[in-house]
Amino acid sequence: MISQLVILWTDALVFLLMLVAILFGIYASRKMHLRRPWRQVVRSRVGMGTLVVLGFYLAIALLDSIHFRPVLEDSAGGNGTTQSAEVISLFDELVSGLRKRQEKTYSAPLAVQLYAKENIELPDGSVMRDYPRLRYGGAHLENPESEWSSDILKLSGFGILKGLLVSFITANILIMLLAVRKSRSYGDEARSILKGHSEIPWRVTFLVLACMLVLVFWSAELSSKYHLLGTDKVGEDVFYQALKSIRTGLLIGTLTTLVMLPAAILLGIMAGYFRGWVDDVIQYTYTTLNSIPGVLLIAAAILMLQIYMSNHADEFNSLVERADLRLLFLCVILGVTSWTGLCRLLRGEALKLREMDYVQAATAFGVSHLQIITRHILPNVLHIVLIAVVLDFSGLVLAEAVLSYVNIGVDPTMNSWGNMINSARLEMAREPIVWWSLAAAMIFMFTLVLSANLLSDVVRDAFDPRLRSNR
Amino acid sequence: MTAYIIRRILYAIPILLGVNILTFVLFFVVNSPDDMARMNLGAKRVSPEAVENWKRERGYDLPLLYNQSATGTGQFTDTIFFQKSLKLFRFDFGSSDSGRDIGYDISQRMWPSLAIALPVLMVGLLLNITFALLIAFFRATYIDFWGVVLCVVMMSISGLFYIIGGQYLISKLMHLVPISGYDTGLGSIKFLILPVIVGVIGGIGAGTRWYRTLFLEEINKDYVRTARAKGLSETRVLFRHVLKNAMIPILTGVVVVLPLLFMGSLITESFFGIPGLGSYTIDAINRQDFAIVRAMVFLGSVLYILGLIMTDISYTIVDPRVRLS
Amino acid sequence: MTDTLLRVQGLKTRLGDDTNPVRAVDGVDLDIRRGETFALLGESGCGKSMTALSLMRLLPPSGRIVDGQAFLGETSLFELAEMDMRRERGGRMGMIFQEPMTSLNAVRTIGDQIGESVSFHDPENRGRVSSRVLELLKSVGIPDPERRLNEYPHQLSGGMKQRVMIAIALAGKPELLIADEPTTALDVTIQAQVLALLKGLQKRTGMAILLITHDLGVVSAVADRVAVMYAGQVIEQASTKHFIGTPAHPYSRKLFQSLPDSRKRGQRLTVIDGAVPKLTQQFNQCRFLERCDKALKICAQVEPPWQSIRTGEGMRCHLEVAETTEGEDQSDQADERPRFTGSNEVLLETRGLKVHFPIRQGVFKRVVGAVKAVDGIDLVIAPGHTLALVGESGCGKTTVGKSILQLIPPTEGSVRFEGAELTRLSRGSMRRRRSDMQIIFQDPVASMNPRMLVGDIIAEGMQAQGIGGNAKQRWTRVLELLDHVGLSEEAADLYPNEFSGGQRQRICIARALAVDPRFIVCDEPTSALDVSVQAQILNLLLDLQEERSITYLFITHNISVVAYLAHEVAVMYLGRIVERGTVEEVLDAPLHPYTQALLSAVPTIDSDTGREITRLEGDMPSPANPPAGCHFHPRCPRAVDACRKAYPETTHLSETRQVSCFEVGEE
Repeated sequence: MISQLVILWTDALVFLLMLVAILFGIYASRKMHLRRPWRQVVRSRVGMGTLVVLGFYLAIALLDSIHFRPVLEDSAGGNGTTQSAEVISLFDELVSGLRKRQEKTYSAPLAVQLYAKENIELPDGSVMRDYPRLRYGGAHLENPESEWSSDILKLSGFGILKGLLVSFITANILIMLLAVRKSRSYGDEARSILKGHSEIPWRVTFLVLACMLVLVFWSAELSSKYHLLGTDKVGEDVFYQALKSIRTGLLIGTLTTLVMLPAAILLGIMAGYFRGWVDDVIQYTYTTLNSIPGVLLIAAAILMLQIYMSNHADEFNSLVERADLRLLFLCVILGVTSWTGLCRLLRGEALKLREMDYVQAATAFGVSHLQIITRHILPNVLHIVLIAVVLDFSGLVLAEAVLSYVNIGVDPTMNSWGNMINSARLEMAREPIVWWSLAAAMIFMFTLVLSANLLSDVVRDAFDPRLRSNR
Repeated sequence: MTAYIIRRILYAIPILLGVNILTFVLFFVVNSPDDMARMNLGAKRVSPEAVENWKRERGYDLPLLYNQSATGTGQFTDTIFFQKSLKLFRFDFGSSDSGRDIGYDISQRMWPSLAIALPVLMVGLLLNITFALLIAFFRATYIDFWGVVLCVVMMSISGLFYIIGGQYLISKLMHLVPISGYDTGLGSIKFLILPVIVGVIGGIGAGTRWYRTLFLEEINKDYVRTARAKGLSETRVLFRHVLKNAMIPILTGVVVVLPLLFMGSLITESFFGIPGLGSYTIDAINRQDFAIVRAMVFLGSVLYILGLIMTDISYTIVDPRVRLS
Repeated sequence: MTDTLLRVQGLKTRLGDDTNPVRAVDGVDLDIRRGETFALLGESGCGKSMTALSLMRLLPPSGRIVDGQAFLGETSLFELAEMDMRRERGGRMGMIFQEPMTSLNAVRTIGDQIGESVSFHDPENRGRVSSRVLELLKSVGIPDPERRLNEYPHQLSGGMKQRVMIAIALAGKPELLIADEPTTALDVTIQAQVLALLKGLQKRTGMAILLITHDLGVVSAVADRVAVMYAGQVIEQASTKHFIGTPAHPYSRKLFQSLPDSRKRGQRLTVIDGAVPKLTQQFNQCRFLERCDKALKICAQVEPPWQSIRTGEGMRCHLEVAETTEGEDQSDQADERPRFTGSNEVLLETRGLKVHFPIRQGVFKRVVGAVKAVDGIDLVIAPGHTLALVGESGCGKTTVGKSILQLIPPTEGSVRFEGAELTRLSRGSMRRRRSDMQIIFQDPVASMNPRMLVGDIIAEGMQAQGIGGNAKQRWTRVLELLDHVGLSEEAADLYPNEFSGGQRQRICIARALAVDPRFIVCDEPTSALDVSVQAQILNLLLDLQEERSITYLFITHNISVVAYLAHEVAVMYLGRIVERGTVEEVLDAPLHPYTQALLSAVPTIDSDTGREITRLEGDMPSPANPPAGCHFHPRCPRAVDACRKAYPETTHLSETRQVSCFEVGEE
């Protein structure tokens, strides 16, 4: 199983982003003004609930961001091994069952047969037109008609039980840890949590955690024998596609921000702080960029990339790398179209801050511009940046779907909810319709975006002093 | 005021020039006229003559930015940049790579775009304000709480879902209106109903929530306390005082997008088969027709700047405090 | 009593959630008679405004009345249905607020906003709303009311807006007008106008006024009776005459003693130590206990009951009236500090200092004019002395301070500090000079970065100037400075928002002191603070001057502070200095009509100052378009033709004294 690690551009950036986030967390934990709003976030029920859900998404995305070339057992010699040309991720390895069990074409969720009738050659040589059995889905059943429902029930029950058990154990370990930290007895701690008296809403957290774990184990159990969400046109498992799309969605939502933040912060503060010609140049730049319709700018840029890639096809080792570069490029260009809003916001704030008495006081001490910016301006706009990042996230995830639909999104070979919806559009016209690809993409996307939106509400309430005073 | 508008219009020129240079550079940095010709002529192996022919017919046989062989101002005017990009300033859009007159296409296709975008905006505005006022009136109650939750849920659903769901439910299951297509005149109404409904519903979540925030921000201001101290009822305070103040950001937010309505919506138009500028753009993107993309970028920029100027002017109309200078 | 208009009994109002509520009003009893002016006096956060809002039933969403009753005439206000309460609100009881700038609806006309009240509360005049509005505008003394009718609030000055607010309240023909700090946001000359207007209207309509204020001077000038609030309770109630002469409660007494004025020059002001207790607690001792130096054992055990002194007068204290005054040195001490008679030494000198902000217009934003914020200022300050720069808001006094420190580059003129011309210094050498001169701002909240620790804030100047040794030595110095301004060492590790206003201002002073300046611009350092806290800061500033002979440019609009601590005074009007002299010369015998008006507009607690009352009409013109001739002539009661033609030359009466007025020049 030793294999060659492949670090894609986006993988590197994702882990860089994680590093930045962790460093920021350490920095924030030392600063009271940043720690207090976060404390408010984790003390809200919605905040903790959504954080748990987002945690699951993040875990999948991170697992899906460790790529390598698997080692293939040399079938002929037995002792020699070769590197596969295919690049897969740790996540693929974990769910290799899902990835490898490919059917012939469409099949409905949990079905045992294909969705369309085919000519089947019977053992006696005659040909019959019927729904053929799936190669993998429910293949263990001798007699699907009678066994199917009880088998599904059995698997479901088993999965739910497993999920409940794991969540029970996790919750108890957490309660024990909490009790030790607060040096109270286990019983007291458990009682206060169950009654909802704890400061951090652990009761809700455990509830959401349990729901998620039950879902995870239930789906794992079912998809070990069936295609939980059916298969698509080429027989690929839709559940697997939807899971793989998580990484794409999260990446678009976060990397875009990472790309645009330095420019937005630097230029915005410079424009507001220095005013004069610096301000004029920066304002001109973002007005110009802003006046180009975003979709068209993205379209033009993606078109150019496509042309470049087709002209230099030999520079890319694999399809995965190619798709990855396109994803990165999409993040960059999305960043270019979206930094202007934050930049303008920060410019306005910097204009206000530079007139504040404390900045004047610093000037009266002869403090240099650079120090005034880093010590007085930047810390006082950080909450705006944070709110903008969280607010942008869900919009970007939704935008990916739309862009992929117009063929200017991620690479068509890449798993993404946009691509799933795009292909499902044609399937809607089939009779009877194939609805599961669309539904799967929608549900996965909706869960992510809703969690992000709810969390961003909580974060904004906690960080925006203006909103707080309104309450 | 006049001086202000003139200044803004003058300021638009360098911006549009910047837009042109940007799109031009973006396109020709990886692409050459030869590549374009080969792509348009289809096959991989095209004779050099055919390429030259194609370039000459469409005016791509000139140098990009600087013509050494020409004399005088011709060194700058006999270039692709001048011929193709700067002529846009005269709203001379030229012809598309497939040979059609872009200006004519735009003038034909902007009306269907407008026929969808305008009703969506107006109906949406009306509904959003009504819902937001309702929620604001019942602030800090369960109606407020669940109203906001509903808004967040609605805005978390992808716009694509509203379209696909709407088409499936209303057209395919209930057979109320056609799935897609377009007609001229009054006949277009039956094609427009569904896209408009879908557009409005898709915008309700975000719109209502945003307007609610505006209303609540106003409600906490001092002048509202004064109005209450006069003995006015809560509804009167809301309608006579809060609404009028909150309408300032709402209206100016609407004005800025008004000109852009002509550009249409890419997604809605292509889903519903409406021959508007949105679907025109999408087709151009998919055909990689640079001339159309360039024209649409320019048009979009002009409309955006127009929207900004109109916003400033509308401030002076609705807000007595603002005077332009 | 039949002439009682408003009777409040046991009013309790709470804010915030139920688990830890703020007891903003905690058992208030009041009786207001018809036609009288009743003042509710107290420092910020003591529950005055909440009392008023409770009466109007206009509390913020988190506020609620938990106990008590209020009767307006026979009507029980708290038992009315909301519908009926609306008839009273704006009808029999009107209210005006502290901030006239934000209290009017910016997008509706004046006439519209007054008319709304007329048509709702005045059924007789419903048919002739606009003419009734005109009457109202006239009655509140708004000039040219026909034109104002269709104007928007932003076209009016602060004083005019407050008059419009009064007109709105008058529309319902109120029997009771609640005025919540109606003049706090206004300049003294405008304050005098508004107070006079209120008194005049009261005389005409016979309405009662509940005046909420923190200003003892205002109380003395207009109130008939006064109730002092402290930490949610009324602790003393008396007629103004008795109250001003002999306040009974220890808190009231201290309040008076902490007021600065000329007779206290050279003495330390009495300060009230500590702070108002948190209102989240349940009290079972005297609320003033911790700050009272006459406290008895019983004060810590039992909450003091109401003690009646005369009819309608009393206090909430365990002590007898005679006891509260015991042990106080009643005699005024002699002026210990030598009088300032001029000095040959010069620390700072400005010549023709001008700061103009250009006004741009037209297509190419050409400069078409300038806001002449500072328009030719000559100042000389001797080392170790205090020059007070006095003037109303918008006269350019803050700009003078900032342009001396080169925080705003002067347009013209010279600023010499110890002989060095600051306006011509390079950026680098100016930066090195900055440790010599510092500034203290008005708003202690805005003048400290909320994201920095107090220790870092104080050390910032030393760090930037490269003084104070290494980081560790600097930190030691920070702790010394904190100790010096009366704060504990732990303060260095806290953030600014954990301190009260007075404490923050101390931190700001410590920050300025860190670089050992010889000259400090104090830009209204006490105007955002309560009286008792102001005394602490003034004491500190004077101590520092004595210890280190620091020179102050003290920018203020508060005349009694000037009288208390300044050596010299310069009076500014519209970017220019109209009169200058030693504090005795200017305050005791003002020569310029503006100075005279300014001084007489200040309400004082001494009823007989012997000054002739000069009441100014109108507002200060805009510095973008100052009147031709003498800037003051449109408002001057003694203006002659010459005043309209040219700006008067400066007349030097003595080495220290100069006046810019034709009247003085002729003599």
